[in-house]
Amino acid sequence: MDEALRTSPRATPWRLWLSGGWLTLFFGVALLAPWIAPHDPLYQDLFLQRLPPFWIDGAETGHPLGTDSLGRDVASRLMHGASVAATVALIAGLATCLLGSVLGLLAGFYRGWVDQVISRIVDIWMSFPPVLFAILLVAVIGTGLTSVIVAIIVIDWTRFTRVVRAETMAQARMDYTEAAHVAGMSRFATLMREILPNVAPVILSVLTLQMGIAIVVEAILSFVNLSVSTDDPTWGGMIAEGRVSIHQAWWVLIFPMIALFLTVLSFTQFGDALRNRFDPVLR
Amino acid sequence: MSALVDIRDLVVSYPDMARKPLLGAAPRNTVLHGITLAVGRGQIIGIVGESGSGKSTLGRAILRLIEPDQGQIVFDGTDITHLDDRALRALRPRFQMIFQDPMSSLNPRQTLHRLIATPLAIRGDTQAMDKAANALDRVGLPSRFLARYPHELSGGQRQRVGIARAIVQSPDFIVADEIASGLDVSSQAVVLTLLQDIVRETGTTLAFISHDLSVVRRLCDSVVVMAGGKIVEAARTTTLFNTPQSGYTRKLLEAIPLPEPDQVW
Repeated sequence: MDEALRTSPRATPWRLWLSGGWLTLFFGVALLAPWIAPHDPLYQDLFLQRLPPFWIDGAETGHPLGTDSLGRDVASRLMHGASVAATVALIAGLATCLLGSVLGLLAGFYRGWVDQVISRIVDIWMSFPPVLFAILLVAVIGTGLTSVIVAIIVIDWTRFTRVVRAETMAQARMDYTEAAHVAGMSRFATLMREILPNVAPVILSVLTLQMGIAIVVEAILSFVNLSVSTDDPTWGGMIAEGRVSIHQAWWVLIFPMIALFLTVLSFTQFGDALRNRFDPVLR
Repeated sequence: MSALVDIRDLVVSYPDMARKPLLGAAPRNTVLHGITLAVGRGQIIGIVGESGSGKSTLGRAILRLIEPDQGQIVFDGTDITHLDDRALRALRPRFQMIFQDPMSSLNPRQTLHRLIATPLAIRGDTQAMDKAANALDRVGLPSRFLARYPHELSGGQRQRVGIARAIVQSPDFIVADEIASGLDVSSQAVVLTLLQDIVRETGTTLAFISHDLSVVRRLCDSVVVMAGGKIVEAARTTTLFNTPQSGYTRKLLEAIPLPEPDQVW
């Protein structure tokens, strides 16, 4: 009976496969963009303006997703935009996670004045409107990919701190924390070896969520021209440019939006699905 | 021969956050009012009382899981009342605890192997894994369970893991806090018999905290009855059950449901 229980059929992992598949494609394209993109994303050809995607009459075979109002290849720009999005998702996501989680673990486990200080800072931090804060911050420290990443870290660390603090407090109240004490484990070792593994699934969920949010924030900053230089293709920049010519060439706007939507959705779904699949407690 | 555990005038209080003034410290609720108790080596002592009587607090205070306000805890001739963390950690293997709810006291993300071996591994015991396997065998669980997680076990099996974790370090003293209360009657019998056998066999001293007087009667050499943070009565088990001195104890004894109502104690 025990064996049957261990290998019981589980919910179909289609969520894991679909989201994982899209993310593999996303990171693959992001990594290989310079080699696999059919055109130079910055090359303008004013004789080939606003070419439609391949299934519409008038399309050129060399431009499967058409061209924008300056005759630049949309597919190539989308691929190079993926590189920017992937860089932001990984670096900003992981750095935010590290900073926020460490503070959340300390506040939730040690409580007392450590918790007081961290929690009050979080409260104050969260009273700023985040997007305005980001725009202000980038305006002050200057545009560029590094600034965007710094802005995301500075704004979003509170997301991790709040969630991780609450989960750490809940876990610290469990008897296994006291059992570790009885076993002679030091406080710090208890936090790292007993509590952290139980908080990790929550951290993973928020991390995948945060990676999606980081891409959105980068897109918003690109949209208002505060991300990387306007020459570099980004999804947010493409959406901003596509907005101008929406009636003549909708594909310039639609493709980056679909890419953005699918990527952000895949991140959140992947986090959830991963947890369901590999967490020994939920399994 | 002196007692293994000797407690004198132990007072424990908790801060009452509900009545905390805006500024200043919260008033304290005293839950143990000067407990004095000696537990002899190899004895099984029962600590009984209603919930809120302070029996669990007493168990935790003896193991220094709760800081006492006043009084003295002497363990095997060493005053451990004010030992610092480091010194206390060195003594920890000698006094262990089995918790009420094994679902909460066993880390859900660790296999039984790791759960049982952890107390030894902390001390760098190179044979931790083998000893863990032996301990699991001693509590009657097959070695193939070593790779399992707590949620894959039944309640009774989980509590046996709790026992294995306590005995793996061969302690001198174990506090068992309501360890059978979450189990069905047949699992209760199995777990309690197992604990009794192990304790008698190894000569371990046991403080058995329970609200179930019939279990205490079967298991313990002596009994302490607690109410409102004080010891109401302490006596040999047979003496207490045959000639209870205090009115409170008599009331508790009358409340035991009898298996055969006509039989007189």
